[in-house]
Formats: sequence, structure tokens, C-alpha cells
Amino acid sequence: MPEIESFTVNFGPQHPAAHGVLRLVLEMEGEVIHKADPHVGLLHRATEKLAETKPYNQSIGYMDRLDYVSMMCNEHGYVLAIEKLLGIKPPIRAQYIRVMFDEITRILNHLMWLGAHAMDIGAMTVFLYCFREREDLMDVYEAVSGTRMHATYYRPGGVYRDLPDKMPQYEPSPYRSAKELEELNEARSGSVLDFIEHFADRFPARIDEYETLLTDNRIWKQRTVNIGVVSPERAMQLGFSGPMLRGSGVVWDLRKHQPYEVYDQLDFDIPVGKNGDCYDRYLVRVEELRQSTRIIKQCVEWLKKNPGPVMIDDRKIAPPRRIEMKDDMESLIHHFKLFTEGYSVPEGEVYAAVEAPKGEFGVYLISDGANKPYRVKVRAPGFPHLAAMNEMVKGHMLADVVAVIGTQDIVFGEIDR
Amino acid sequence: MLANYLPILIFVIVAAGLGVVLLGIGFVLGRGQKDQEKLSAYECGFEAFEDTRNRFDVRYYLVAILFILFDLELAFFVPWAVSLDAVGLFGIGAMGVFLALLVVGFIYEWKKGALEWD
Amino acid sequence: MSVVAMLFFIVVLLFALLAAAALLTWVERRLLAWWQDRYGPNRAGPFGILQAFADVIKILLKEDWIPPLADKPVFVIAPAIVAVTMLLGFAIVPLAPGLVIADLNVALLFFFAMTGLSVYSVTFAGWASNNNYSLLGSLRTAAQMISYEVFMLLSLVGVVILAGSFRLTDIVDAQRGMWFFVPQFVGLVVFFLAAIAETHRLPFDLPEAEHELVAGYHTEYSGMKFGLFFLGEYLGMMLSSAMIVTLFFGGWLGPPFLPPIVWFLLKTAFFVCLYLLLRAALPRPRYDQLMGYAWKFLLPVALLNIVVTGAIVVATRSPAEVGS
Repeated sequence: MPEIESFTVNFGPQHPAAHGVLRLVLEMEGEVIHKADPHVGLLHRATEKLAETKPYNQSIGYMDRLDYVSMMCNEHGYVLAIEKLLGIKPPIRAQYIRVMFDEITRILNHLMWLGAHAMDIGAMTVFLYCFREREDLMDVYEAVSGTRMHATYYRPGGVYRDLPDKMPQYEPSPYRSAKELEELNEARSGSVLDFIEHFADRFPARIDEYETLLTDNRIWKQRTVNIGVVSPERAMQLGFSGPMLRGSGVVWDLRKHQPYEVYDQLDFDIPVGKNGDCYDRYLVRVEELRQSTRIIKQCVEWLKKNPGPVMIDDRKIAPPRRIEMKDDMESLIHHFKLFTEGYSVPEGEVYAAVEAPKGEFGVYLISDGANKPYRVKVRAPGFPHLAAMNEMVKGHMLADVVAVIGTQDIVFGEIDR
Repeated sequence: MLANYLPILIFVIVAAGLGVVLLGIGFVLGRGQKDQEKLSAYECGFEAFEDTRNRFDVRYYLVAILFILFDLELAFFVPWAVSLDAVGLFGIGAMGVFLALLVVGFIYEWKKGALEWD
Repeated sequence: MSVVAMLFFIVVLLFALLAAAALLTWVERRLLAWWQDRYGPNRAGPFGILQAFADVIKILLKEDWIPPLADKPVFVIAPAIVAVTMLLGFAIVPLAPGLVIADLNVALLFFFAMTGLSVYSVTFAGWASNNNYSLLGSLRTAAQMISYEVFMLLSLVGVVILAGSFRLTDIVDAQRGMWFFVPQFVGLVVFFLAAIAETHRLPFDLPEAEHELVAGYHTEYSGMKFGLFFLGEYLGMMLSSAMIVTLFFGGWLGPPFLPPIVWFLLKTAFFVCLYLLLRAALPRPRYDQLMGYAWKFLLPVALLNIVVTGAIVVATRSPAEVGS
């Protein structure tokens, strides 16, 4: 028997399908993968260590930069952990706003995933369709927080501010006719809530559009059915969560099983797959898009009817209104203390998790009673998924590696932290 | 007869000239800076593990062998197709026998798994 | 035609082809943008049409770089081969009655010779680059192109039987009664699929599948050398569209209110757009699926098509012709 030689190749980080900075060392025989060895650490920014050097509130922005396609969900996990330690609960309106933005974030993330996954498999148009809708949601982010991605909108005790009454509009441009401009601005004439409602109304038709291009497409099925199969038992052993776990048929969703905020008062379903292959995970995520739209609609309806505070009324944690600060000495002191020293958190340790679009995003926080965390540990859902890479692609072909990377919805910001 | 091919010859010369001219323009205009990193082969940002010019998978050769078989077969089909009016029923019969033999071989290689990739 | 007139015709045709290929890049981007609900290049000139020329200038000014480990002469020749062979393919395409550079009696074989030669280009490019992705890409291309070449020729045997000639002008003339896409619909489908694979356009663009092999065989290419590959691809797209029109859709034939050449160009443009639409609509299959599809589906279908066509032709032609 001649020795079987395998052919070793670096896949990434400078690779169009590496989803950032994934480096896979692939051992192949021809086109068949024998071993896939993921290397991590190329995007390490020491987020956890940095968070230990700053007052609690100043690290919220770092959380956005972990999984940079599901920004507010990361903030949510961190903020929940702080709230648990402080023993506070945000006002009900803030909870609804958070849930709504969690779901907006889920749609943002799944659209990015769908576009990138389809693009990896060669369906180019889906990507651009997805970005068309992402644009609208990014505008919502911008309207409430001033930035399109790294929002830093959630705060311990609520959210930074209430939803604005006006949605920013498109400016005239030489490359856009007046009619086009009017059409674009039509949905933006009302408040942000009106815009979100409008979006939720038209979004299901857009999901149908993506599905027309993919769901029954024979080539798409050939590329995804029976690729990267994970059995339910194995999925649990590997520590999967989110759609990766549900795709294998395990019914587990923190929003239902450990409800936080107001998820227990909302009506939605959790889709599960059957075979645990790429196609099932695709179907699960697409259905999650529809369910998220349902949740958003319920939140909009509630928010429209129930005005109220969006931040707790505790000046030791939440800053005073700016107008008060200008003419009230005590408020000024509070403001100064909060923005320089921050607040001290009682001693203890706590774990808080949210159902981020990619799975269970958890923050483990230890406080020694100071104004900075003693230790922050982030549980990134992508890490265990990536660790299963070898198992999922073994015996498949080079093109399937790309499909599996896509289906795992890898984002390196959170894996490397 | 050969006069028919004179235009082709002229075309070859002009087209080849065009190719050389385009490459030449690129060579003259496309000046760049030398750089240490540019001296390495592209391997996604890391050093390559092994030399590229190595033995590679036999399946690609298999396709080439299949190609030779079927391309030769085509060499019989092509004159047959043009002269079908002349050879008529006999031609159809002869080609039937030829095809039958070929199909047997094709079925054999299919069953043997030469068409499977893994 | 005198030699001077011919030279003039050749030069005009070549420049028209180059201009068309450059313009096609712009058309492709605008059409894709239209289908994908976005703008596309719309800044340079009216409707962004100058973008095509801006791109040509950019590509000419890019660094003309040869990797140090590459096999230099082969690396340089490879892109020229594909551009030149694809240009040569147009020598036998009849644009209108009498408007053809070389009306060969073996025109179809010449076309296959040229597409066959272009395989060398990608093989050389991948081998000379000395890069794993390039090599894998060129192996894939070589295997894919030679496989699909078989079915491409097989699919045309039916047309040849019906027309009784390899001369493209004869084939067009034979379609005066009925365009061949009706009796040879199967042949058309096989030919079109094979043509997509030959020009490696999406959905069969596996040799350069950017999400698997980065850029396949032209990963290491830049500047005008890359430009020549690009040119070759777009010329190939136009050439195969022109062949589809000539062989199945009556070439220059059409109602007389438009001149023949306009009919020919219109039909060709339609098929070029079909190529672009396919790119917008479909994902790409995996490599083994593509090859399996070729050998297990297209080959039997093409063979069956030949047998059925031959039998029908022999059965329906007058008995005096048969066996005479």
C-alpha cells in the first residue's frame, strides 16, 4: 500500500468565506476533508480584561463589539448580569423596548447570516435583498441610539432614552428622483414606532421572497441537506445552543424556558428541526425571522398604548435628566459621580444569559464590592459551535466546509473576544 | 481549399498581436513597488505548509481518461452525422451497434464507481 | 474579399468585440443591480456607462506582478491564450449573409478546437501560479471543461444531422423552415448547460468559486493579465450566446423589417442577458454534483437525442435519398 498523502491547506484568515478571521487548517485528500483544525485568537481584544479596568457602565460599549452583528443582545446579557447583582428591575416599558430591540437584533443577525450563507453557496441576490431590509433596521438603531451598529443603548435599570417621536428621513440626492425619495420617506413620516410597525407589516412578504430563491431550490437543497449533521444527543454534549441546537430537534430556548424581561407575556413559537443538517438549521432560522416579526408587532402594540418611564428612578444608578442637572446641585453631584466613579455593586457572583440570535449568550460576573467588576467572563455561543467544526465537516468536501461555516453563523468578535 | 484558411491565418496573427499588445501595455503602465510580503504565494495570509507541485488526487486523471474515451467516440459520430443521408439505414444500424458497445462500457464504469467522487 | 478588405473587417470586428466585452461588464452590473433592487454603477457618465472605461484604465494601471515562485513564461502566456482563442472563435460566426471572416466547411469543429484550446489557459495559469488554491482551481477547471466539452459536441450532432453540414451558413440556411430549437430542444438544453460550464459562469463557476477557492486559477493574477482572463470570460459568454443563436435560433433569420445583422445581435444579446439572469438567480452546486450531473444525466440524454434524431431523419426523408 502506498502511503496516502494528504494535502494541507490554510483556509483563511484572508479568505472570502472565512467570515472574518477564521483560520482553518484543512487536511484534504483531493477535495475530501480529513481533518479541519480551527485556529482562534486573531481577533482577540481582551474584552474581558478591559472590562475589569472600568466602571460597569463604561463596558457596555465593549459588549456591542463582541458579536458585532447582534449588538443589543450582547448588551442585554451584560446589563442583566449587573441588574441581578444590584437587585433592580427596569420599568416595564423599558423591558418591552428591550425585548423589541432584541428581536430587531435577531432579525438583523439572521438577515446577515442568511445573506452570507447564501452568498457562500453562490446565491448572490439573497445577500443584497437581505441588506435592503437590514438598512431599515440599522436606521432604527440609528434613530434610537445615534449609531448604526455599536448602539450602547441598554443601561442597568432601563434603556438610555425613550423611543424618539420622529424617524430620520432620506435627504434629496442627484441620483434619486423626487418620486423615489417620496416613496422611501413615506414609511418614515411618523414616529420610530410607526416605522417599526410598517417594517413588521411588510417584512413577512420579504421573507417569502428569500424563500422563493432558496427553500425549494434544488441546488440549494443539494448543497445543504445532509451536510454537517449533528444528532440531538451530540449537539447537547457539544454545548450547542440557539438555532444550532434547535436545528437538531432539541426544544430549548431561554426565552421560553428561563424567561427574562417580558418574554413570558408574549405569544410566539420556537421552531425546531428534525435532521440536524444545514437545511434544517436554515429552515429554523427563517422561521425565527417570522416569529421575531410576530414579537415585534406585539411589542409595538403595547408600547403605543403604554407610555411611561424607561429608566429606574434611582439616582445612585441612573443619571439625572440633563435639564435637572443644570439647575440642581444634588443632581449635578449625582451626575458627576456617576460619570466619573460610576456606582458600586454589592459583593457576589452572578450568571445571566439571554437567548442571543446565535445561541445562549451569558455573562458571568464577580464583584468584590468595588465600582469595577472583579472578573467578567463571557459565554459566547459561537465558541462551542466552532469547536465542533472538525466533527461536522469530516468526510465532506471542500465546498461543504463553506456551507458549515455558514450554518454555524460564526462571528469572530465573540469567539476571540 | 487552403485559401479558405487565409482569413483565419490573418485573424490569428492580428488576435495574437492584440494579446501581446495588451500584455505589453499592462507591463509598461503597471509599475508597482517591491515589497517583502509580495514575494510570498497567496495562502490566506500564512506560510504554505508544503510545496504546491506535489502529487494530487487521481480522480482528476480519471475524468481525463473518460474524456479521451468519449471524445474519440465523437470522432466517429461527427462524420456519421454529416453523411447520414448517404449511409441511411445501414448507417443507423452500424451506429446502433457501436453505441450499444459504448453504452455497455459506460454502464460498467458507472457500476464500478468511476463516476462517484468519494 | 481582397486581403486589405478582410484585414479591415478583422480589425473592426476585433475592436467591436473588445468594446462589447468592456461594455458587457457595465451591462452586467446594471442589470444585476436592477434585479437586486439597488443602483449599480451610476456615477461615471450618463447611467454610469463610463464606468466600463474607467475600469479598463484602472486595470491597465494596476501593478503588473508576477509571483516570484511562479513559472514566469507560462504565467504570462496563460491569460493571452484564453483571450486569443475566444477571439478566434468569432472568426467562424456568420453575423449576416456574407458577413463572416472564414466560412469554413468544418466551422463547428473549429469552434470546438478553440474552446478546447482555452482549457490550456486555465491549466497553465493554475500550475504556473504555484499556489494551492490556483492549482485546485485549475484541476477543477480542466476536469469540468473537458467533461462538458464532450456533451457540448454530442448535443450538436443532432443539429448536424438535420442540416447535413458543419458549415454555419448552411446550418442557418437549413433553419429557414423551422428554427432548430423546436426539433432539437433537448440538444439546446444540453448545449446551453454545457456552454455555461465551459465559460465557467455562475451557477457552474466552480473553478473560480470565490467562497471556496478564493479566485481559483487566477488568484495570483493582477493588472492586465487578470484583465485578459476577464476578457476571455466575457468573450466566451458572447461567443457561446452567438453559437446558440446560430445553431438553434436561426442566426440572422427573422422578419424582414429589420436587417439580418440586427436580428443576430438582438438574439445574441438576449442570451447574454439570460446568462446574467442565471447568475442572479441560482446558487452553485458542489463539484462532485456538477460532474455527476454531467456524466450521469447529460451524457445519456445527449446520446439518446442523437439516436432518436437519426432514426427520425432516416425514417422521414424520401426513400430515394435513403441508402442511395
